[in-house]
Amino acid sequence: MTAALAITNLRKTYDNGFTALKGINLSVQQGDFYALLGANGAGKSTTIGIISSLVNKTSGTVSIFGYDLDTQRELAKSQIGLVPQEFNFNVFEPVGEILINQGGYYGIERPIATERAERLLKQLGLWEKRKEQARTLSGGMKRRLMIARALVHEPRLLILDEPTAGVDIEIRRSMWEFLTDLNASGITIILTTHYLEEAESLCRNIGIIAQGQLIENTSMKSLLSRLDTETYVFDLVEPIQQIKEMGACHFELRDPTTLEVSYHKEDFSLNQIFAFLNQQGLQVLSMRNKTNRLEQLFLDLVEGNKA
Amino acid sequence: MNAQQKWTAYYTILIREILRFSRIWIQTILPPVITTALYFIIFGNLIGPAIGEMHGFTYMEFIVPGLIMMAVITNSYANVVSSFYGSKFQGNIAEMLVSPVPNWIILAGFVSGGIARGMAVGAAVTMVSLIFSKLYIEHLFVMFTIGLLTSTLFSLAGLINGVYAKSFDDISIVPTFVLTPLTYLGGVFYSISMLPEIWQKISLLNPVLYMVNGFRYGVLGIADIPIWISYLIILGFIALLASFSMYLLNRGIGIRT
Ligand SMILES: Nc1ncnc2c1ncn2[C@@H]1O[C@H](COP(=O)(O)OP(=O)(O)OP(=O)(O)O)[C@@H](O)[C@H]1O
Ligand SMILES: [Mg+2]
Repeated sequence: MTAALAITNLRKTYDNGFTALKGINLSVQQGDFYALLGANGAGKSTTIGIISSLVNKTSGTVSIFGYDLDTQRELAKSQIGLVPQEFNFNVFEPVGEILINQGGYYGIERPIATERAERLLKQLGLWEKRKEQARTLSGGMKRRLMIARALVHEPRLLILDEPTAGVDIEIRRSMWEFLTDLNASGITIILTTHYLEEAESLCRNIGIIAQGQLIENTSMKSLLSRLDTETYVFDLVEPIQQIKEMGACHFELRDPTTLEVSYHKEDFSLNQIFAFLNQQGLQVLSMRNKTNRLEQLFLDLVEGNKA
Repeated sequence: MNAQQKWTAYYTILIREILRFSRIWIQTILPPVITTALYFIIFGNLIGPAIGEMHGFTYMEFIVPGLIMMAVITNSYANVVSSFYGSKFQGNIAEMLVSPVPNWIILAGFVSGGIARGMAVGAAVTMVSLIFSKLYIEHLFVMFTIGLLTSTLFSLAGLINGVYAKSFDDISIVPTFVLTPLTYLGGVFYSISMLPEIWQKISLLNPVLYMVNGFRYGVLGIADIPIWISYLIILGFIALLASFSMYLLNRGIGIRT
């Protein structure tokens, strides 16, 4: 099966001489839900800009469902829907017209575009706003408007550059649901985000860009399995002053009722730790993961790349 | 894209452009109408009688075609430059750039939008002129085609300005320092036969002269310049600016990083 997206040796040097991409190779399979992660300035938006024809590449090739972006541009472009990082609609244009016009640029006639716009605006909770100028929307609504706009021409590949930035928790959840359904219906999705929890719960595969290079390209599962240390925070019922050692398991008392426990998964199980605490007569009220585990791994990888 | 889809994309841009300037008609249609009405009152009504006849017409009758042309020129230009720069500034030009619509359709759409505004304002100004003067139509075809072609030419020029513009200042520099002097010196208010010989020669370098005279020929049947030269010059400039616009769009200058 041809890849939904195949990038080889992609390089980009901006006019000011800055090299943002240093030879990216990346392939995303059809039907995938792919997360593209990276720190600020890593080169995610530059990569997406090239894929969507908004940025001229310096060298390399991009093909979308087998259509080369240089030689079969129109076909390649028709496959992609883009939700850019920055709001980029005409703020004076009414919401409904933005969608219908976008359809028009893809050659979709008005009656059909109007029907699709209605369906999408309803799905994304913007139907009431269809006659309002886009500038009157809230930030979260603007994001949803950009998602609707990207789908009017029914693309097979949807690329979202930080779609949930500035979106409240409830709407974020409903956006996740919307995207999951979309993916289930067969649309390949590539998404960038700084919320690793989002990548973890949505995406099957993951790429990490650091300083213009793809330093990781793997499945979410295998990435997470690399996490061998667990760190939990226990809230204790009774305050304590100190705690005994337990071999390679590391205890740290943050305050008299907050105990931090780090251990290698091969060495211990949670049961053993609880047994040990029981022996000491300590009662645990509640526990939680210290940080998002993926976050730590991400930092390690990006940090490792700098060294 | 097949022909049907290209047509859809074209009229989408055109309708969007027409809606844009119609929505803000107080900024786009009304001002030129008011300005031109003032010209008619001051130059035509108040000063005109003191000037006397021009080629057998009253001064008012003489300046009507020039003033219509001036309105067509500035409005065609203003529409495309502000719409194109505006869509760069707000980023919504990307809506077209990500889509498969070919550049020549984008060009045709924006230029047609400029023509639509040029013609709308031209028609409005013509109506206003009827209050002050009788409208002659000596050669309807010439009047119409010269108007349309001039509007096309300045829409293209507006697009090129829009491509290069990096700030709102940049979109008013050319109209203020180039367009306005050229139109004022392009025979809107006088016949170049009134000028000393050397200035007549210099005036011939001004392309606007050929348009104003071509249009005046269509309306009044008089011109300082043979009509075929007017057509030749306008068409020549259109070909030049259209090719240059296509080059800019294809290279993505000012719109792709
Ligand atoms: N137009 C431009 N001219 C010059 N340099 C640019 C331009 N656009 C981006 N860059 C630089 O390229 C690098 C990559 O930027 P890019 O926008 O791709 O990062 P990103 O991974 O999307 O970051 P973020 O998470 O902050 O959105 C940055 O160092 C940025 O400063
Ligand atoms: Mg970015």
